[in-house]
Amino acid sequence: MLHVPRVWCDVPDVTRLAFLGGVYSNSRALTAAAADARRWGADATYALGDFGAFGPHPDRVFPILLEGRIQAIQGNYEEALSEGAEDCRCGYTDPRDNHFAAISYRYTAENTSPEWKRWMATLPKTRHLDVGGRSVLLVHGSPRRINEFLWESTSPVAFLEKMLADAGADVLVCTHTGLPWSRRLPSGRLVVNCGALGRPANDGRTEVWYARLAFGRGGDVGVEIVPVAYDHAALAREMREERLPEEFVQTILTGWWTTCLEILPAKERARGRY
Amino acid sequence: MREGDLPVVTGAAPAPGVEDDFPSVPSRSLDTLWFQVAGTLCNLQCTHCFISCSPTNHSHEMLTLADVRRRLDEAIPLGVREYYFTGGEPFMNPEMLAILEETLRQGPATVLTNGLLLTPERCRRLRELSDASEYSLDVRVSIDGFDAGGNDPIRGAGTFDRIRAGIRELARAGLDPVVTITEAAPGSEGDAGRERFLAWMREIGLSRPRLKVLSVFRIGAESSRARGYEGWETLRGRQLSDAELDLLQCSSSRMVTARGVWVCPILLDEPAARMGESLSETLRPFPLQHGACFTCHAYGVTCRT
Repeated sequence: MLHVPRVWCDVPDVTRLAFLGGVYSNSRALTAAAADARRWGADATYALGDFGAFGPHPDRVFPILLEGRIQAIQGNYEEALSEGAEDCRCGYTDPRDNHFAAISYRYTAENTSPEWKRWMATLPKTRHLDVGGRSVLLVHGSPRRINEFLWESTSPVAFLEKMLADAGADVLVCTHTGLPWSRRLPSGRLVVNCGALGRPANDGRTEVWYARLAFGRGGDVGVEIVPVAYDHAALAREMREERLPEEFVQTILTGWWTTCLEILPAKERARGRY
Repeated sequence: MREGDLPVVTGAAPAPGVEDDFPSVPSRSLDTLWFQVAGTLCNLQCTHCFISCSPTNHSHEMLTLADVRRRLDEAIPLGVREYYFTGGEPFMNPEMLAILEETLRQGPATVLTNGLLLTPERCRRLRELSDASEYSLDVRVSIDGFDAGGNDPIRGAGTFDRIRAGIRELARAGLDPVVTITEAAPGSEGDAGRERFLAWMREIGLSRPRLKVLSVFRIGAESSRARGYEGWETLRGRQLSDAELDLLQCSSSRMVTARGVWVCPILLDEPAARMGESLSETLRPFPLQHGACFTCHAYGVTCRT
């Protein structure tokens, strides 16, 4: 049976919900984004999984989630780590992508304490919210697979309409790709990929992104995808101290992806430097 | 058959009841819709072609823009995610650019080409189509070696230089193609072969080299070039897990040709692989009884990029 919490708020006209994508052990960006969401007046904040990977000191993320009352679902990382899986189940198909994914996963698995791995196992894989009568579905990848990549340029309208209809959702919020986007469908349904906090969006900027959804009483839903600045230079230093790959560090410092590139569709790949 | 001979899977349709011995792949969804847009007509006659395409092979005729438009309409309620175009050589189809333009209004498109018809004007038009769509357009160019000595015996005399020129035209137009090699390509083996191809792609001007390596299917022309399937190369009697079945492209794709809807892009010479006329009627299980089904399972092959 699905857990369907009702989200109410004191603000008469609008319910404000913040959605945080893959944290990838970037506790500094998580702290900054959570503070930004509070300043915006978020009634609730949700984190859509992949708390580890890529960055240093994965155990620093979880206390921030709990102290900030950020409600979490599993990503493929939490599913894999809590089950003791051999790899991250990221869904890559290219050998170079898989090479770097394996480095990330090994480091994260070795540096995540057993207590937090047990906690991850208790997280749901999806959440349904009822926001003023609208069904909002939170997933990591897609409603049908925890590691399905929903990219903007390969998620056409008809595909999304059917996916949301099958899932009984008016609004779908997802992450997993690391690139934020949103698409309003002809039926009135809405899809938001809230991006990732863990690394920049392959746009040459060092900020990371999260999504704010403002649900009006009249049925309208406002979407903002907002940048968050944080001390990325300090993160880069910590990554080097932990001997994480220099390719990862360069992404943090430049805003351009250097790894996990082969999974990108043509349009998204062409926007990056590599 | 003489005693001691290896049994050979001929690829012919099995006798009634035989498919009971084979695992069956369910249809989970229709994510990928393929179009045999050039039919089996090609300006090349590659020695490893699994459907023996050639300038004179009319087994499957070309699709028209009207054919494609009808299938695109059918695809909407089924929630198709992406569209692939192959042949034969797609750019032999006189309506190919119009077909792509129409498709890119509805979703992302990928064209598999041998690169010979990638003129500057056609590449410029492809770039315009890509820019005009919110969806991705991918062009995949096949080559079978780092040089004419490797490629031309497979794809035809003089083709290496012409394919390389086509890839460069795409790059000049600002479209980074995916270069596809098969395991028949000399020097393609392992990580070293892969790295060598990526380096070659950088040398000829691709700033973001993308490479896909495909297994060979031991049917069509390839069965004469190397060999056909042997008796052990079968899924007969095998039980596949749900996860293994999900990895097979036939669990989430179908192929449209001028003769109907087929289970996948590989088995177009197999009458048993024609699943029906409408897309929706073909979304049902399919018995994995062909040698090519073994290749897809054993080597994790998908024709998708």
